[in-house]
Amino acid sequence: QTPVLQTNNGPSLTGLTTIAAHLVKQANKEYLLGSTAEEKAIVQQWLEYRVTRVDGHPSKEDIRTLLKDLNSYLEDKVYLTGYNFTLADILLYYGLHRFIVDLTVQEKEKYLNVSRWFCHIQHYPGIRQHLSSVVFIKNRLYTNSH
Amino acid sequence: MAGVSCLLMWHDGRSSPLSGGGAGPSLTQNFISRRGSRRPHNPKTKDRFRLRQRGLHGGMRLFVSEGAPGSLPVLAAAGRARGRAELLISTVGPEECVVPFLTRPKVPVLQLDSGNYLFSTSAICRYLFLLSGWEQDDLTNQWLEWEATELQPALSAALYYLVVQGKKGDDVLGPVRRALTHIDHSLSRQNCPFLAGETESLADIVLWGALYPLLQDPAYFPEELSALHSWFQTLSTQEPCQQAVETVLKQQGVLALRPYLQKQPQPSAPEGKTVSNEPELPSRAFSSFCLTRLPVAGERNVLITSALPYVNNVPHLGNIIGCVLSADVFARYSRLRQWNTLYLCGTDEYGTATETKAMDEGLTPQEICDKYHVIHADIYRWFNISFDIFGRTTTPQQTKITQDIFQRLLARGFVLQDSVEQLRCERCARFLADRFVEGVCPFCGYEEARGDQCDKCGKLINAIELKKPLCKVCRSSPVVKSSQHLFLDLPKLEKRVEEWLERTLPGSDWTPNARFIIRSWLRDGLKPRCITRDLKWGTPVPLEGFESKVFYVWFDATIGYLSITANYTDQWEKWWKNPEQVELYQFMAKDNVPFHGIVFPCSALGAEDNYTLVSHLIATEYLNYEDGKFSKSRGVGVFGDMAQDTGIPADIWRFYLLYIRPEGQDSAFSWTDMLLKNNSELLNNLGNFINRIRDALRSILTISRHGNQYIQVNEPWKQIKGSEADRQRAGTVTGVAVNIAALLSVMLQPYMPTVSATIQTQLQLPPPACNILVTDFLCTLPAGHQIGTVSPLFQKLENDQIESLRQRFGGGQVKPSPKPAVVETVTAAGPQQIQVLMEEVTKQGNIVRELKAQKADKNLVAAEVAKLLDLKKQLALAEGKPLEAPKGKKKK
Repeated sequence: QTPVLQTNNGPSLTGLTTIAAHLVKQANKEYLLGSTAEEKAIVQQWLEYRVTRVDGHPSKEDIRTLLKDLNSYLEDKVYLTGYNFTLADILLYYGLHRFIVDLTVQEKEKYLNVSRWFCHIQHYPGIRQHLSSVVFIKNRLYTNSH
Repeated sequence: MAGVSCLLMWHDGRSSPLSGGGAGPSLTQNFISRRGSRRPHNPKTKDRFRLRQRGLHGGMRLFVSEGAPGSLPVLAAAGRARGRAELLISTVGPEECVVPFLTRPKVPVLQLDSGNYLFSTSAICRYLFLLSGWEQDDLTNQWLEWEATELQPALSAALYYLVVQGKKGDDVLGPVRRALTHIDHSLSRQNCPFLAGETESLADIVLWGALYPLLQDPAYFPEELSALHSWFQTLSTQEPCQQAVETVLKQQGVLALRPYLQKQPQPSAPEGKTVSNEPELPSRAFSSFCLTRLPVAGERNVLITSALPYVNNVPHLGNIIGCVLSADVFARYSRLRQWNTLYLCGTDEYGTATETKAMDEGLTPQEICDKYHVIHADIYRWFNISFDIFGRTTTPQQTKITQDIFQRLLARGFVLQDSVEQLRCERCARFLADRFVEGVCPFCGYEEARGDQCDKCGKLINAIELKKPLCKVCRSSPVVKSSQHLFLDLPKLEKRVEEWLERTLPGSDWTPNARFIIRSWLRDGLKPRCITRDLKWGTPVPLEGFESKVFYVWFDATIGYLSITANYTDQWEKWWKNPEQVELYQFMAKDNVPFHGIVFPCSALGAEDNYTLVSHLIATEYLNYEDGKFSKSRGVGVFGDMAQDTGIPADIWRFYLLYIRPEGQDSAFSWTDMLLKNNSELLNNLGNFINRIRDALRSILTISRHGNQYIQVNEPWKQIKGSEADRQRAGTVTGVAVNIAALLSVMLQPYMPTVSATIQTQLQLPPPACNILVTDFLCTLPAGHQIGTVSPLFQKLENDQIESLRQRFGGGQVKPSPKPAVVETVTAAGPQQIQVLMEEVTKQGNIVRELKAQKADKNLVAAEVAKLLDLKKQLALAEGKPLEAPKGKKKK
C-alpha cells in the first residue's frame, strides 16, 4: 500500500509524499514545494495531512469534519498556501477525489470553498490524469442552506 | 544560560492582565506553595529561556497545553534552531480550539506573523529549522513521513494505555515494538550515528521528541535495541533536548502527560495488533474507555463510588469485598441494564500515616503515594474491577474544590474556631495524630482503642479522652498542649441534614446498618467536629493564622470523589452538582457511614452549591479471617497482592467473596468453605450445566449414529429417540437451553467477568447479546446458531492445596495443626510419591478431557479413562484413604 521508489543511484525511497517531493526536485520544479520557509512548512503540513487524515479508512464523521475544516480554511485562499499552486494542492486533490465524487449537489454547495478549489485544481493542465472530472453546478440551488 | 539566544517568552494564556482571582491562577498559586518540588512552571527553566515582555503582534506565537507530547519536539527544535526564532508561548487548555478552521482541538500550534497556522508538530519543527536555513533532504522527509503515518499511531496508543489506562508491560510495549525495532535496524544497518546520516537532522529531533516520554522509562526500552539506545542517549544529553524535557515533563516522567492525554479520545490500536489481554468484547471496551461519560438528560444516570482505600495499606479481602468489589458488581449490572454509569474510586493519600511511612522508607510523601497508588491499581486490575476512573486525592483539583467548599462554609458561618487540647509526644517532638495514640476506650473500656475511634464499640473518640494514652511510635505518655483549630458547626446544620434524610431515605436502597448508624448519630445530637490538623501533608487551610495546618482527612477525603471526577473531566459538576439528574450510589464498610451519611452531606448542604448527595448508601459489615481478624502486622489473612499468588483465578475469589459478603452481620473467610463452594456450587452445579449443553448439542448432531450411547435420562435425549414431533421438541429444548446458557453468561458477568466471557466465547454469542440484560427472558440466539468448542470452566480445588494455603496465610492459630493426623496414616508411601501420583492423575485427567472434547474414538477414550481410574486408585492407596466409588457420568 505504501509506495516505494527504486532509483538507479542510492537506496530506495518509501512513502507517498517523500517520493513526490523527490520527483519534484528531480524535475527541477522545486517551486512546487514552496519558496519561503513558511510556504515550505505549509506545503509539508498539508502533505502530512493527506497521508495521515485523508488516506486510510476515515469514517463518515471524519470525512465530514475534514471537509468542513478544509472549507473553512480555504475561505480566503486560492490554493493551500494562499496564492501559489504547490504539490500540496496536487496530492490533496488526488486524495480527496474519492470523497468528492460521492458528494450530493447540496453537499458540494455546503462545502463551497472546497468545491471551488477542487474544480480549479482538476482543470489545471496535466493534473486530472485518469480521474473522472467532477461536475460542479455554477448557479446555487440551496441558497438558504447555510 | 549563555548558549541559547533564542527568545522564548512565557505567557500564561489563561490569566488576564488583571488576574489575581479566578480559579486557574489561584489554583496554580496554591499548588506551588504547597509542593515546592512540583510546581508547574519551574523558574529554573524560565530563566533559561530568557523572558521578555512583548505585545501580541509581531513574532510567532506558540500554543501549548500542559502535558501535550508534541511540545517536546517543538521546544527541542526551537532550542536547537536558535537563530531568529522569537516565540511567545501561551498555555491553553487541552480542549481549547486554537486554530479557527479546525473543528477538533490541536496543540502544539504555531501562529505565524502572517496569521497562518501550523498545526502539525513536524511542520512546526520543520519551519523552525528552515528559519535557520536548514533544508531537509529525502531521507529526512522519509523519516518524518514514517513518523506521522507509522510511529505516531502506535505511540499514541501505547502512551494512552500507559498513562490513562494504567496498563503495563507488553500491553504498552506491544503496539510500538515493531516501530522501535525498525529504527534500531535502520540505525545499525547504515552504521551512522543519526537517522539521516552523519549529522543530526530534523528527523532526529522529531523522532526523539516523540519517543522520549516512553523510552525515558527503562522498563519500556527493550535492551536488545542497542543502536537505538546509543542514538537516544546522544540526543537526550543535548542541551535543547534536556531543557525541553524539563519544561514539558517537569520531572514527573511520563505521568506529566496525563492531564492532556486523558482528555483525548482513545487512539485506535495500530492495525493487526490487539493490545488488550482482557477477554472483553470490543463494544464493551469502547463504551467504557472511549468517551468521557457525562449525565444525559432523560436517561438514568448512575454515579457509583467505592470508599477510597488509604494509600499505604495494602487492601485485604475484607476491604475488597466491602467496597470495590461490591460496587463493581453493581456497576457492571448497571451497565448491562444500559444505564449511563460512571464508577470511580481512587487512593486516599493525605495524612500522618503517609508522612510517617515516608520517614520510614526515606522517601517524600509524594513518592510514597506514587509508589503505593500503583500497587493498589494493580491489585484492583487483577480482581477485574471495572473502574471508569481510578484516581488519587493528591491533586490540585482536590485543593481547589476542598478550599472552595471550606470558603463557602466559612462565609455562611458554619465554621467555628477554638483552641484544642491536643496530645503531644515530647519525645517525638510532635502533635500526635489520632491514629498514633492508643489507650483505653472511655466508653467501653476496650484496651486497644485508637485515638479517633474504638474498634470494639465503634464510637468516635477525642484522643485526649482516651484513658492511659500512649504514643504508638515510642510508647511514651504524651502530654496535653493547646493549639488553635477550626470546627465544622454540625449542630447548626443538623436540621438541614435531617430534612434531607427524611426526603431521601424512604424507598431508597440504604442498607439497614447505614440507617441504624445515622439514626443513632442524630439521636445523640451532632457536635462540632474539628476539621484541621497540625500536619504538612494535606490540603492547606486557606485562612490567615492557619498556614501551617491542613484539613483533617475526613473533611476532605470524601471530597476526593469530586476531585477525582474533576481530573477526569472539566465538566465534573454535571455529575456532582446535579442532584435532579444523578443517582449517587456509595459503597463502603460500616465504619465509613458517618462520614458519607452525615459529615459530607452537612458540608455540602452548608456550602449551598446544589451538590449531588448520596441517594443510596450501601454499607457492609466486617469480614473476618477464619476465626480472627485480618492483620498485616501478624501476617494473618490474605491481602490483595497475595491472592494472585495462590494460583486461584480472580473469578473464583470474586465468586467466593460475594458469596460470603458480610451483609446482615460480620462474616468470615474460611479456606475449607471456599473449597466447598467452589467444588459444589461452581464446578458441579454451574460448570456442569454449561457442559451438559455441549453434550445435548452433540447428541443432536450425531443422533443417527450415537443416539443410544447416551444413558442419562434427560428430556432431549429421550425425545430425540422418538417421532419427528419429538425430535423437533428436542431441538426446541436444546435451543432454549443454549439461550438459557447465554442469559446465564450475561447474568454472571457482573460477578465473574472472565468466566462469563469464556462461556460467551464457547457459545459464540454475538457481541450485542453479551452486553445487555433485559427484564424478560428472550431467546437471543437464532435457530441454527453454531456454538464453539466447549471446555471445562472450573477446576476442582483439592483439599491439600487449600490446606497448604491455609498454612501459608496463617489462620491456623485456633486449631494449631490438623496436618499430623493425615501424615500418620500415610504408611504406604512418602509425600514425594504422593506428589508424583497426583501430578500423573492431573495429567491423565487432562488427556481424557481433551479426547472427549475432540470427540475421539470411543475405545480410545475408554482406554485412557481406565488408566485414569487406575492412577486414582493408586493415589488413594498411597494416601491411605478408603477407595472412592466411581462417580459415573453424572459430572463432567
